[in-house]
Amino acid sequence: MKYAYYPGCSLECNSAAYDHSVRAVADLLGIELREIDDWNCCGATEYFTQDELAACAVIARNLALVDPQLDQVVAPCAACYLNLRKVDHLMQENPELESKVNQCLAAGKLHYDPGRVRVRHLLDLIYSDFGEATLRDKVVQPLTGLRVACYYGCQIVRPFHGTDNPEQPTKLDEVFSWLGAEVVDFPVKAHCCGGHMTQISEPQAFEMIRRLLANAEEYKADVIVTMCPMCQLNLDAYQARVNGFFHTDYKIPIIFFTQLLGVAFGLDWKKLGFGKEIVPAEPVLRRKLTAVAAA
Amino acid sequence: MVGHTLELRGSPFLQEIIREVPGGERIVHCLQCGTCGGSCPNGADMEYTPRTILAMITANQRDKVLKANTMWFCVSCYSCVSRCPQKIPITDIMYGLKRISIREKAYQETDAPALAKTFTDLLDKYGRSFELGLASRYYLFNRPLAMLKMGPMGLSMFTRGRMSLTPTRIRNVDQLQAIIRKARELGGVS
Ligand code: SF4
Ligand code: SF4
Repeated sequence: MKYAYYPGCSLECNSAAYDHSVRAVADLLGIELREIDDWNCCGATEYFTQDELAACAVIARNLALVDPQLDQVVAPCAACYLNLRKVDHLMQENPELESKVNQCLAAGKLHYDPGRVRVRHLLDLIYSDFGEATLRDKVVQPLTGLRVACYYGCQIVRPFHGTDNPEQPTKLDEVFSWLGAEVVDFPVKAHCCGGHMTQISEPQAFEMIRRLLANAEEYKADVIVTMCPMCQLNLDAYQARVNGFFHTDYKIPIIFFTQLLGVAFGLDWKKLGFGKEIVPAEPVLRRKLTAVAAA
Repeated sequence: MVGHTLELRGSPFLQEIIREVPGGERIVHCLQCGTCGGSCPNGADMEYTPRTILAMITANQRDKVLKANTMWFCVSCYSCVSRCPQKIPITDIMYGLKRISIREKAYQETDAPALAKTFTDLLDKYGRSFELGLASRYYLFNRPLAMLKMGPMGLSMFTRGRMSLTPTRIRNVDQLQAIIRKARELGGVS
């Protein structure tokens, strides 16, 4: 199956581990991802803060650039995923906006018919189009004994008919339990990580991050898996600063769900981007997974 | 009752929000149930909760709303929207308030507008966002002291290859800029 692929800016550099592991897992499952040629930044939350029409037009350019042969696009980053869906949705609901966005696109000799491209998340693809039997079949390294907290965050599951139930999403939990992991309760799994709040108010941001880490520790998770570059960055790169701020001692590795899928499918760890996380994940994973293998 | 509703619809600030935000007209259906504020991860730190803000918009309390910290504490998590029984686009209303507040420089004690401006300036110029450029420009001009605290973290990101020194530029920057220029010319969604 062929899909257009919108990596987004975070996956180019700060979350390259996500990009590498998405591509590796997709490859193994026979999902062909074709990167949208010359895609641009989705503007995250920052363009909507300044100019709604420009925000929509900048996002719509990417939808307009999707190869006419393809009608689905995979966007791994939560902000990109939400923005692409949101603009498609707004254009469908609001003819005036649709016409204005297309006037903007016309200035670049482009056009987009809302509804033409379906925006999907890889989790949804894996869950719905592949399912339990296929995934179990691919397991080389069962995740038995590994306690996993599945973190969905906000923008992938929330409005615009997102990937999962907005209050109690379960697809990630189900996928990892198929692969043998011990999925722990994680009541805050759909809470927000704070997004760009670290840049605006550190005390506020650190408290939002602390709640997530505390909850994962309370349920004795070995690792938190995430689907979003912002969540990964906030929980991983700021973990030390959060510890300093609250005098805590969290050392919870934060990895992308595709990295752990890749481990279960026996893919090469380097190719999955391990080693780029600030709180190292490999020691915990290797200890847990070999302990089970030896027992 | 009918007269009352018409009068509420007539609040000039409400009319302004309706022009600014797609779906903003749904504000008139707000039940004042408070589900939004109760669902908001930052509700406790907002001067006025989202529910109160909607009531204030209807009551035409423009100045107070535009000076409030509420929208700057909104992180666009959409919890409120997905729970609102009346399908009111609260997050988009918060974006709309941010925009008006920026246009009129009504905001107080927040660097969020500067962050947004730095981000979109880079996007306009290169077509991609560029974190190191973003962080250094934003911090240098707005929060030089915070830059020191960021140092060790920046370094660990850098040594893991998670921060690039050069921006990526898209091939068709001209096309993107033409699209953005047209959007500015049309000046808004309605
Ligand atoms: S949840 Fe919706 S209806 Fe209830 S107060 Fe908030 S905006 Fe109004
Ligand atoms: S979208 Fe904004 S206002 Fe709504 S719950 Fe999230 S932070 Fe609060």
